[in-house]
Amino acid sequence: MDRYLLIVSTICFLAAVVHTAVELRVGVFRPMRFNFFAVGLGFIFQTAFLSLRGHALGRCPLTNLFEVFVFLAWSVSLMYMLVGPLYRLSLMGAFTAPLVVLLQSFALIAPIDVRHSVNVPANPWVEFHASISTVAYGAFALACIAGVMYLVQERQLKTHQLHSIFYHLPPLTDLFATITRLLWWGLGLYTLGIVSGFFTGHPLPRVQVVAAIGVWLLYATILQGRHLPWLAPKWVAALCIVGFSVALALLWGITFTAEMRPPP
Amino acid sequence: MNLFCIGLSHHTADVATREQFAGGATTESILRQTSCAEALFLTTCNRVEVYAVSDRRISTDEIARCLMRKIDGDSHNYAPSFYRYEADKCVQHLFRVASGLDSMVVGESEIFGQTKKAYEMARQSGAAGPYLHRLFQRAFRVAKQVRTHTDIARGAVSVGSVAVDLAQRIFGKLSECKVLVLGAGETSERTARALISRGVSDLRVSNRSADRACQLAQAVGGRAIPFDQWAAQCSEIDILITSTASETPLLTREKLAPMLRERLDRPLFIIDIAVPRDVDPSVNEMEGVYLYDIDSLRSVAEQSLALRRHQVAAAEAIITEHVADFLDSISRGLNRPSQIVDHPSPGETSLRTSEL
Repeated sequence: MDRYLLIVSTICFLAAVVHTAVELRVGVFRPMRFNFFAVGLGFIFQTAFLSLRGHALGRCPLTNLFEVFVFLAWSVSLMYMLVGPLYRLSLMGAFTAPLVVLLQSFALIAPIDVRHSVNVPANPWVEFHASISTVAYGAFALACIAGVMYLVQERQLKTHQLHSIFYHLPPLTDLFATITRLLWWGLGLYTLGIVSGFFTGHPLPRVQVVAAIGVWLLYATILQGRHLPWLAPKWVAALCIVGFSVALALLWGITFTAEMRPPP
Repeated sequence: MNLFCIGLSHHTADVATREQFAGGATTESILRQTSCAEALFLTTCNRVEVYAVSDRRISTDEIARCLMRKIDGDSHNYAPSFYRYEADKCVQHLFRVASGLDSMVVGESEIFGQTKKAYEMARQSGAAGPYLHRLFQRAFRVAKQVRTHTDIARGAVSVGSVAVDLAQRIFGKLSECKVLVLGAGETSERTARALISRGVSDLRVSNRSADRACQLAQAVGGRAIPFDQWAAQCSEIDILITSTASETPLLTREKLAPMLRERLDRPLFIIDIAVPRDVDPSVNEMEGVYLYDIDSLRSVAEQSLALRRHQVAAAEAIITEHVADFLDSISRGLNRPSQIVDHPSPGETSLRTSEL
């Protein structure tokens, strides 16, 4: 039953993608409300899915790679719902939707929804650590999306080739400010996630600690690097994309190795 | 009742012909000289049109004679320049005109204000009755919808406005931007004024002739900078407008590079409207620098026009829908004249499509 909710949610996000693609094709790019509502509706179904799964498990639904991907997609949508209207970035929905479709489609298609028998009771510190870290990933994902938007806008301005989408994208300086804010949000939440990991009462696997600190250092470097004169905003935007790709690969690795370990 | 539009525009007549008919008549004189029940006279630099409702058919020549400036002129000579639209074609034409689709610069918004003004004048003089009232109210709604739901008015189409538009696309709010005008030419002055109108408050002017720099600075509310100090300003400013008569580039990569190091993540927008160019084209390859010369500004203006033309089909679809709906609402007796006229005459019927 809960998988159906996820399918409906994916269809909602897919509608936003198709809508954008059709409008781009006919040269009339008007993201406006449709994307926001499609993403909003998709978010409701995502939340319903996670709620059902959480009740069934009796804990935060982050017990396997499938749930991690869905939780990550939910975090991306959550961040968009918070950041989009706040910074008047309605167009971000057009860029957010494809990422969510990718994450959820992969989660639905790949045979990664393996149920593990969990014998230990839910530990609130573990739950907090896992969920807050995934929400931080949502902020990093949105920074990556804002980075893509920045590069699209920058490219058009440099080449003097302005397409319909140019007039709907936010100004360069606003986009860069959004990237910076999202990076700070992400780093703050991620720091909270790492610190809370030390309160779980269990010894943390070394590979997870190293990977987590690696991601933290990567984003801290990007944030500080933007003050360096040789690191132009364009490269900060590009690093947000690279950073998220690396972070996502590490998240996969961490979850995969955790699943391989025998249950406590 | 016949609803019709008779007129001439930039599509059918040159300016010499148009000026023979512009300003020669008023709505009142048209009503007086013809037996129209209602009339509205729309005159702009690109068109002279009469929208009217009458019981009997009024010939194009009759209207043309009313419009002629010279009383003894022969309107027959200009007959081929006139067009005539009736009923649904007239409705469609007005919707296109109000939406800017029939304008010389497709999507321009000035025509909307001019149409509104013409309607207001006709309404105040009592020349526009219930039929024209409904027609024009719908036209204004259609024009707004076309602007909101298509990109017909997107992008600037003149060199000056392109520069301002691009500045806003880079910096967002221009109120915090620092602008340096290098060379006090007419085009740079116009661009500077356009930037000020969009909120720029910190404007600096530098020119070989210090007097001219002071003059322009005073005129635009900026401050003059000695010409030998303009280069140092590049580490502070956000927008540089250059239009000097220099034969060699004033700004090169080598000159700009050390100043860019102090700018961190703030972009620099350079508008080079000088010919020969004041800024070495390779400056555009530098990180965070966006250089637009006169050709690239023109190219952006042309792209905007092409984008607008691309939107015409979408706008036409909205108009077609509204024309059908407007005619349908009239034929179904909705929006009856009695709702508009304070004291409708007994037996007054709504306008039927067949009557249009």
